[in-house]
Amino acid sequence: MEHKKGMSADRLYKAFIYVVLITLAITIIVPVAWVFMASIKENSEFYGNPWSLPAGFYFQNFIDAWNKARMGEYMLNSVLVTGLGLLILLVVALPAAYVLSRFNFRGRKFLNTAFMGGLFINVNYIVVPIFLMLVDGDRWLRNVFGEGFLLNNIFVLAVVYAATALPFTIYLLSGYFATLPHDYEEAAYIDGAGYGTTMVKVIFPMARPSIITVILFNFLSFWNEYIIAMTLLSDPKGGKTLPVGLMQLTQAQQAATQYGQLYAGLVLVMLPTLILYVCVQKKLTQGMTLGGLKG
Amino acid sequence: MKKRSGRGVFVFLCAAPAVILFTVFMIIPTINVFRMSLFRRSAYSTTEEFVGWENFSRLMQDTNFIRSMQNTILLIVVVTIVTFALALVFAAILTREKIKGQNFFRVIFYIPNILSVVVISAIFSAIYDTNNGTLNSLLSLLKGETVAILWKGESMVMVSLIIAMVWQAIGYYMVMYMASMSSIPMSLYESASLDGAGRITQFFQITIPLIWTNIRTTLTFFIISTINMAFLFVKAMTSGGPNGASEVALSYMYKQAYTNSTYGYGMAIGVVVFLFSFGLSALVNVVTKRKTLEF
Repeated sequence: MEHKKGMSADRLYKAFIYVVLITLAITIIVPVAWVFMASIKENSEFYGNPWSLPAGFYFQNFIDAWNKARMGEYMLNSVLVTGLGLLILLVVALPAAYVLSRFNFRGRKFLNTAFMGGLFINVNYIVVPIFLMLVDGDRWLRNVFGEGFLLNNIFVLAVVYAATALPFTIYLLSGYFATLPHDYEEAAYIDGAGYGTTMVKVIFPMARPSIITVILFNFLSFWNEYIIAMTLLSDPKGGKTLPVGLMQLTQAQQAATQYGQLYAGLVLVMLPTLILYVCVQKKLTQGMTLGGLKG
Repeated sequence: MKKRSGRGVFVFLCAAPAVILFTVFMIIPTINVFRMSLFRRSAYSTTEEFVGWENFSRLMQDTNFIRSMQNTILLIVVVTIVTFALALVFAAILTREKIKGQNFFRVIFYIPNILSVVVISAIFSAIYDTNNGTLNSLLSLLKGETVAILWKGESMVMVSLIIAMVWQAIGYYMVMYMASMSSIPMSLYESASLDGAGRITQFFQITIPLIWTNIRTTLTFFIISTINMAFLFVKAMTSGGPNGASEVALSYMYKQAYTNSTYGYGMAIGVVVFLFSFGLSALVNVVTKRKTLEF
């Protein structure tokens, strides 16, 4: 009798757990799926029941978002900024992390502490000083060359992204480099390889898992970032990144009601990150606990 | 001997680009935040006028600033407690119980973390919309009458923000806790249940004490990231409105420094928030100090 009672309580508990888990899963899946659904609705459909299924596949939303709302152009900007940012970041951070973790030289300890301290500097605090620095730089350039190019420049934005990602990236890569035995380099030196060759041909290939983690995290943060982009690409008619363009569309949408284009734009921002996530989700959640620090 | 001199050059070439980028785009702007808080600078002139502590004393009488700090503290407390509790419970369920589709739930729960805050804000704006929003229509269906709650109105806007922020953060912290929970040996739980300890006792007596170090780290994350995320959400979702009801510390800083071009005043806000976040983290760190348990 008692045994039976225990069993049913256990069953009830299990059922309860599933209900709770499924509820949370639904509150995450449904809003995201809803956006995908809304992106193929015609504008008139938005005035009725928000739960109604789309009447048809209205692909025009995407074409309008791409052309009229300039999402195509913004998408290209986002791809460029993210790609360039990642490239600069890797080219700068990999060698730095390597020497900081594996070479003894004067000032090494100081530099390591400085980069560690950088983990605590959040870009939200320093975005305005960076902006002012670029404003001053532009003013100086205009006086000397007659033209300033630091603001509203996608390349500068990519450099700022790379620079602000340095502390976290160096922290993560150094952690990995420090675990490698020194035998690898010694063997390479005996074979006559120089420092540079050893680093590029021997050490970097071994660090591939860490490099992939670094790329994943920074891809997500560069692609989704909008505070720096909004501040440094301030020209209203100039180029923007996708999240900034989208934010303006949400704010304009309250007046202009271009729902279809808005949701199509949202899909354009979400889709690359979702696809990437589905492909590498295991790596991402593992890497997160590996790095331990973010946000 | 030749190798030795080459070594110094190599180290320099590897470290220099990272050090330069880090100094220009992180160290100097950070110093500027503190320096500029003592100056007055407007948009139309480059000259800076030293005003001492004037910006700070003005700040203490600024009711808008005080309100934004109150909102920030409210968010830190509520978002931390709710997210912390939910993330812990879900992590415990997913690691301890034999659940079908465990991996599926983990993957789904992490999704909000990879979406841009702009996307999340747009999703929640669609949910909270007074007339065509999914939330109000769902409530109408349940109550059988038309519900028209102003989710982004003055009285509800903070609640709406909290829901969105918790939704975004649960998965991230859950994965963090799962990683440390899964390293607790099963034998501890087995012997505990032989001694007659139930699930809840096990959770509080075994799980929590053994992941305490992790919990302490995440509490610091909570404080720092809630301050930052609140800014991102407010900027994309409410712009601080209506009537400043959802203004948070960093969004007010950005408004003063960037939109109003009262740079010195804005930086003074930045300094106060920065020191506040550090002080609070240190306090939490001291209060939660326990003897580390090993298994």
